[in-house]
Parts: sequence; structure tokens; C-alpha cells
Amino acid sequence: MEHKRRVRPVAPKPPSNDKRWKLVDVAMRRNGYSGHALIETLHTVQDCFGFLDDVSMRYVASSLRLPTSKVYGVATFYHLFTLKPQGEHTCVVCTGTACYIKGANHLLEGIEDRYKIHPGQTTKNGSLSLLSARCLGACGLAPAAVVDGKVVGNQTTEELLTEIEKVV
Amino acid sequence: MSLEELQKIAAAAKVKAESYEHHVHVCMAASCQSCGAADIKTQLTETVKENGAEADIWVKGVGCMGLCSAGPLVRVESPADESEYLYQKVGTEDVSELYASIDGNPVERMRCQTEIPFFARQQKIVLENSGRIDPEQIDDYIAEGGYTSLVRALTGMSPQEVLREVSDSGLRGRGGGGYPAGLKWATVARSPAPVKYVICNADEGDPGAFMDRAVLESDPHRILEGMALAAYAVGAEYGYIYIRAEYPLAVERLKKAIRQATRHGFLGRQICETPFSFEIEIRLGAGAFVCGEETALISSIEGQRGQPSPRPPYPADEGLWDCPTLINNVETLANVPAIVREGGEWFQSIGTEKSTGTKVFALAGRIAHTGLIEVPMGITLREIIEEIGGGIPEGRKFKAVQTGGPSGGCLPEENLDMPVEYDTLRAAGSIMGSGGMIVMDETSSMVDVARYFMDFCMTESCGKCVPCRAGTFQMHGLLTKIARGEATAADLQLLEELCDVVRDTSLCGLGQTAPNPVVSTLRYFRHEYEEKLKTDSTDLEIVAS
Repeated sequence: MEHKRRVRPVAPKPPSNDKRWKLVDVAMRRNGYSGHALIETLHTVQDCFGFLDDVSMRYVASSLRLPTSKVYGVATFYHLFTLKPQGEHTCVVCTGTACYIKGANHLLEGIEDRYKIHPGQTTKNGSLSLLSARCLGACGLAPAAVVDGKVVGNQTTEELLTEIEKVV
Repeated sequence: MSLEELQKIAAAAKVKAESYEHHVHVCMAASCQSCGAADIKTQLTETVKENGAEADIWVKGVGCMGLCSAGPLVRVESPADESEYLYQKVGTEDVSELYASIDGNPVERMRCQTEIPFFARQQKIVLENSGRIDPEQIDDYIAEGGYTSLVRALTGMSPQEVLREVSDSGLRGRGGGGYPAGLKWATVARSPAPVKYVICNADEGDPGAFMDRAVLESDPHRILEGMALAAYAVGAEYGYIYIRAEYPLAVERLKKAIRQATRHGFLGRQICETPFSFEIEIRLGAGAFVCGEETALISSIEGQRGQPSPRPPYPADEGLWDCPTLINNVETLANVPAIVREGGEWFQSIGTEKSTGTKVFALAGRIAHTGLIEVPMGITLREIIEEIGGGIPEGRKFKAVQTGGPSGGCLPEENLDMPVEYDTLRAAGSIMGSGGMIVMDETSSMVDVARYFMDFCMTESCGKCVPCRAGTFQMHGLLTKIARGEATAADLQLLEELCDVVRDTSLCGLGQTAPNPVVSTLRYFRHEYEEKLKTDSTDLEIVAS
């Protein structure tokens, strides 16, 4: 099947000279600037910039010729997309069933007490973001958490706080 | 690619394997990797190199071996004297000792007994290659007979014959619904539409379930072969794998597998010099539980919000871009190569009359052996929990087992001797679900568990229909009130009414099944709810003051 390239009258210019926009452009071009590649494009934006802001969502909307409302709708519908910048370090606590049964709540409470942040929030100085995951799939290690990309399993509140202190 | 060429690759791979005296398999699935399996593999490889034993010892990364709680797992096989040792909780500091033992006596302190029921009681179809082959090497899969079903089907069977084998097998959808796969396939196959699609649903969203991920990480080619066979049977040329973005390792391995399969001519144009063409694309989910529902999943692939739409039309008639679409779960498709290879009748002889074959369960929670198991249908819950799972640790008492995730229910002790089948589980108030099985002991409060699942459904409700959006919110509020001891008997009654309303009036499976955890805990553990209720109005005043 021959793919016909759409004729694009005016290609919107990237919002800045940041090289990362090129990666976003590549992702959109690979899918023929088609509207159904919206989620793929947003994944790329988030991989490049860490989060989705107004500027990037507007750019994606005009490039894929979609209403901004639709881009915003999709970005806010899916849990994985975040509209706020993340802190320097992240701690993801798994709240899957196995972890819940084994006390994931205590882990969260411990971090909330120490750093005064709730899941989805970042400390005031921007050093730590606390997130909760639906299930990491590491149920054998329950309760589990991910500190800066490193999975730590069978945690007590004290152990997890020590892990976090190591990086923050 | 002809059958002869395929056999040639398999033979070459076997010759290569036989040239090594010892095989060292390191589990490289996600769970063991998070305990440092990658470092162990690197160190083992280096140690072998330093000692110049590369020609004798083959260090290979393999998929999930099942017993995740004992990870990282390493298996040493010596075909010459037919010895096989499984080591558990291996650390990088153990590598030199492990290496030294390869030629001598096994390291007893790390050994994991393989005669225990956890291994002995399993029957593997979906996981037959899991933990044995390197998921990143197509030749390893071919050596185990992989892709022969596809080549045989394309060169010697008509699409109808493939379809008949699947219908005869009695295979039912493993994603939770249990709809007969043969019927679904036949509906799509019957349609005269020129463009059809096959979708693999790998959006494993149930918290506490990791079966699909293990299959994708351990044996990705199996899914591709299953999809290609499905596409051949129904007449589709394009396929999508919709997979959670939270599974980066599985995504990476799938991408690699697709590249390898295309290079070998199992995917692409004119496969095996026949007119059949099939291409597969990967689509990443973005974290929405509701996207496990067929119509929501299709919306998501189309780049929309993952909101379900009323059925009919069913996806088999009007699915992706309004074309007939076959959607099957990972495990369902993983069964297909074996069914085509051994025949539908063989598959039907396993399990029970109405639930044939095997089922993969992710065993977790308060249980001694956490991990992945595959058992024939019809086995009892007691056998799974007490024998395979090794019972409840720390001498505590069993309380309930939860199957089916947020759409399922909690079953008490008296249901343990029930055979695991689609229909018996449903009759008992739970569902088969995708395969998460969470065991709870006396320390868990059932009201809290019900509230936990309702919290999940409330957050995951897509908001399209009112009963689900508002109902789950209200039910969560009531459950919180009960858990805090602030509720009255009237609240409990309202909760029960809401269960009925939400179940009967919601648009999709998420809402229709959201009350299940509440209904089942109310059915079997009603006293726990009642104990938390306030008895009379004097209590009210005490709380108020």
C-alpha cells in the first residue's frame, strides 16, 4: 500500500530552538502527521521534556491539526501524562493489591509525614516528587517502590526513607 | 521460509546448544532484574571469560522462571550427566562460588528445591518456553518448535481449518470475560470487509496481576505467532499490540521480536511465499485501566480518550476505524500456536469440559511462594494456595482469596474446594479475571479491601456514564464512612442499593463489575461491616461531642 503524504500548507514552527523539538517532529512525521498518533506524540514530548506544558500541547495541536481542547482532553485523561514538572528525584510507591495487602499505605504515610507531600506532589524546594503507581508488576517484592528508577522491594517505612535520603 | 529452512535453523541452534557442556540460565524478567539479575549475568559472563571457559559454559539470559519471591534465580544445567540445579536469591558476591560449583558439587545453601509442588504441580502450555529460552533470540524460539505452527498452517491448512482447530479447542478468552475465542474469530472471519485488524490486548491493568507481562517478556515471539495465525484465520493484514507504557522491558523485547520476525519472513509481505501478508505495530497505552475494555482500547489506538462506546456494534463487526476487528488477550493468543501444533482435541482434553486448557495465575499477597504459575483448569483453590503456594506464612490463618482484580471478588475458606472454572467462580460471586490471585490472611480487614478496590474504580472510571462516575464516588464515600465507624444501618442499605444500580446501569465492564468486591465481601464477611456500624443514636451524640 502506498502511503500518500498529506500536503501541509503551513508547517508550524517549533516554539523554541530547543533541539528536543526535532525529536517531537520526527515522531509526528513518522506517523504522517495523522491525528491518531496523538498519544504517541505526547509520549515523545513527555520523554523529551519530562512533562507536558501549554506551549508543547499547543504546538502538537497545531502540527497535527487537532483542536487544543482535544489534546488537553487526551493529556489529562491518561494518568501517565503529567502537566507539572517533576522534582529532581522521584519516588514511586506501588499501590497494587499485593503491595496494599502488605502495607504500601504505611510507606506512603511515612513519606507524607517526613516530606509533607502527597502522591502527585513535589517538595517546595523541588528535590523530591512522590508518585503512586497502580501496579509495578513486582508483586513478589511487595511492598515495592521505585527510587530514581531503581526498584526496591520488601520495604519497611524506615528502609524506604533511608533509600530516599541516599539520593535526595 | 519453508518448513525445511525452519528445521535447518532449529537444528543449527540445537547443535550450538549441545556444543556447551553446561548451560547457565539467569532469569532476566522484570522481577529478578529489579533484584539485580543483570549484574549477576554480566559477572558470570566475565568470570567464564576470565577462566577461558566460553566454549564449555553458556551463560544465557532467559525469561521468567516463576518463583519471583526467591529471585534472582539462576539455573545450572549439565546435559551430560542430566543434572539441573536451581539457585535462589543469588547475589553478585555468590558468583565466584557458583562458578566453581559448575564443575563440582552444587552450592547447597542457595539451592531451591524443584520437587516442591510449586514446580511439580504445574502444567505448562503458555509458559512452556518461559525460563528456558532467551527471549531476545528468535533462533532459541525456533529451536523449541516455534513458528512451525505458522509455517504449517500457511503451507498446509486453509484459514477455515485453523479456525476449526481453535473452535474445537474450546479456548475461552483469558482476559477475564471468558468469551469463546472460536466464536469471536468466526464472526470476524465471516465478514466480507476488505480490511480487518487483529489486536493483542496487552493493557494489563489489574493491580496485582503480572501474567501478561511475564509472557511478553519471556516469550514475545509466541504472541507474534499467535497473532499471525489469528490474522490468517480471520483474513486480517494488520495487527496492533496495545501495551502498557509501564512495561518498558516488554515493549523493548516485543520491538526486537518484531524486527527479527520480519527479517526471517514470518511477518511482512507474502509470508512463506503465500499471498498472506501481515504487519504488526506497537501502540503504547498511557495508564488508563478502562482501556482494557475493547471499545475503549480501540478509541485509544485511534488517538482518542479511552472511553468505551455502547455495544453493539461489537468490534468484531465494527472495530478499529470501523473495520471488523479481532481483539484477544495476550494469554489467549499465546495458546494459539500450541493449539494449531497439537490440535484442538488435545487442548480440549486438558482442564474441564466448559473451561478447557490451562490458566496462568499471578500468585501474590500473604502467601509463601509468590510468583507465576500455570495450572490446568478445574484445579481447586485449596490446591493452588496450600500446595503450590505453600500456604500462609508466619502461622497466620487464611481469610480470603481475591481473584479477578477490581472486577472480581473475595472468596472465603468454604469456597476453597471449588474447582477453578469460569462458571463456578462466577457463581460464587467472583470471576476468573485475567489471573491475579491475591491471598489475604486474618490481618486484612475486608471493609478496607472493598474500599481499596472502590477507590481504584473511582479513580479509573472514565466519566462517560453517570452510574459509574457518580456511583463509584458515592460507594467509596459510604465505604470510607463504614471503615471509620461513622456509618449507620441505613448507610449499609444504601450501599447495597447502589451496588445493584451501578451494576445494572453502567455502560461498560468497568462499572458493571465495580460493585463485585463490595457484593462478595458483603456476602461472605457481612459481620465485618456490621461490627463497624453505629448501633443507636446515643453513639451519634458521643461522636458529635
